Amino acid sequence: MGLNFFEFLIARSEDMLELGLEHAAIVGVSVLLATVLGVSLGIATYRREKPREAVLAITGSFLTIPSFALFILLIGPLGLGWAPVLVALTMYGLMPIVRNTVTGLREVDPAIVESALGMGMSRTQRLLRIELPIAWPVIITGVRVTTLVLLGIAAIGAIVLGPGFGELIFTGLQRVGTPVAVNMILAGTLGIIILAILFDIALYLLRKITTSQGIR
Amino acid sequence: MTASTQDHKHDRDLVVQTPVRTTHRTLTGYLAMPIVLALVCLALYLYVSSLELDSIEQRSLNASALTTAIWEHIQLAAVSTVLTLIIAVPAGVILTRPFTQRIRPYLLSILNLGQAMPTIAILFLLAVAWLFLGFQAAIVGLVLYAIVPVLLNTMVGLEQVDDSILESARGMGYSKFGALRKIELPLSVPIILAGVRTALVINVGTATLVTYINAGGLGDIIVAGLSLNRISVQLVGAVLTAVLALTIDYIAGLAEDLLRPKGL
Repeated sequence: MGLNFFEFLIARSEDMLELGLEHAAIVGVSVLLATVLGVSLGIATYRREKPREAVLAITGSFLTIPSFALFILLIGPLGLGWAPVLVALTMYGLMPIVRNTVTGLREVDPAIVESALGMGMSRTQRLLRIELPIAWPVIITGVRVTTLVLLGIAAIGAIVLGPGFGELIFTGLQRVGTPVAVNMILAGTLGIIILAILFDIALYLLRKITTSQGIR
Repeated sequence: MTASTQDHKHDRDLVVQTPVRTTHRTLTGYLAMPIVLALVCLALYLYVSSLELDSIEQRSLNASALTTAIWEHIQLAAVSTVLTLIIAVPAGVILTRPFTQRIRPYLLSILNLGQAMPTIAILFLLAVAWLFLGFQAAIVGLVLYAIVPVLLNTMVGLEQVDDSILESARGMGYSKFGALRKIELPLSVPIILAGVRTALVINVGTATLVTYINAGGLGDIIVAGLSLNRISVQLVGAVLTAVLALTIDYIAGLAEDLLRPKGL
């Protein structure tokens, strides 16, 4: 039967660590980009219905495009490797973050905004000091779940020679029939699940720390 | 606002794979997507007809190969969506009954983490560990993957039915089952419809990958293009996949608008 799964993991621990770091890096950077873009788009459009719905419809249709197809379409302009995966993951991350930003900002009690107005705060001050802090827990929940979904999609990026655990999973398929094949796919999956747990805990803590004291 | 409704409010944010539903669409809103998709198809057609296809390209880029791939893809998505809903919606109803109240937050967290499970891992394991290939294996893989988001969607939706409405129903003498049938389920129709759409979109996407376990679909065209190194074939496969997914999502969105109960 050859190596069992744990022996396989120990033998490949250096590979696993390297793939894990790559996988975490590409998802981490994509989430960061999607958060910056998504929150900005949310802030820019949450007040008016037409732009808001348009942004949600467009970013929503990104999420509808199957990842395999999107990765292939991005080879044309971006080539193989990290670039198409980074762009595709960022596109997939936008909608949930825009949606949660818009929801969070719109759920702020109008009475609170009015009192801020009464205190003489400008529009920017209201946004930065009142509305965004109140909406923040909802926004970061969106970021948290997006991260999980992107961790899974990133594995498919191996098709365009992207980084991370996808490589291990695809190599496993190519070795079908050999004892090592199942181990490779299981190891890649386990790696992604572990990353998912780590990212989830990290973002949970970030949410705790960055949520304004008054609304915890 | 009590702590529990606050929690429920945030649970809704867990389901990111649910497509956007626009509230009141204008005529332009309804027409935009079909027009864009038609233009994309036209551009693709003009691009392909402008090419001198070699014999390798002709093997993939002909009407019968393409319609076979599209038809296989639609069958994969339709069968897996029906099975997903048959499993996930009742499971969602059962798991939101009061007896699960204690474990529900943990259950939701685990299901949530399950969204990180890579689709290809499920499909490839079926192939590599059990040598399970072809259409049936693809359906098993698609359903296993789509259950999690649809289950989450149903549970979160049912939890959002206001407790006070249920209390009044109980006060009016409805049994637990009566309240579920007459109050909770009708109020949940939009949620179930969103689940249908979520399942469809996810399954159309995942079905692209079942080519790797010999189950056909539009992935066949893309992979043929990749292995034969023909960009035109890759492009046609990828664009048709995207157009099919957006079309199915659009139709499911229309159905959502039409079938929603009038009062909601």
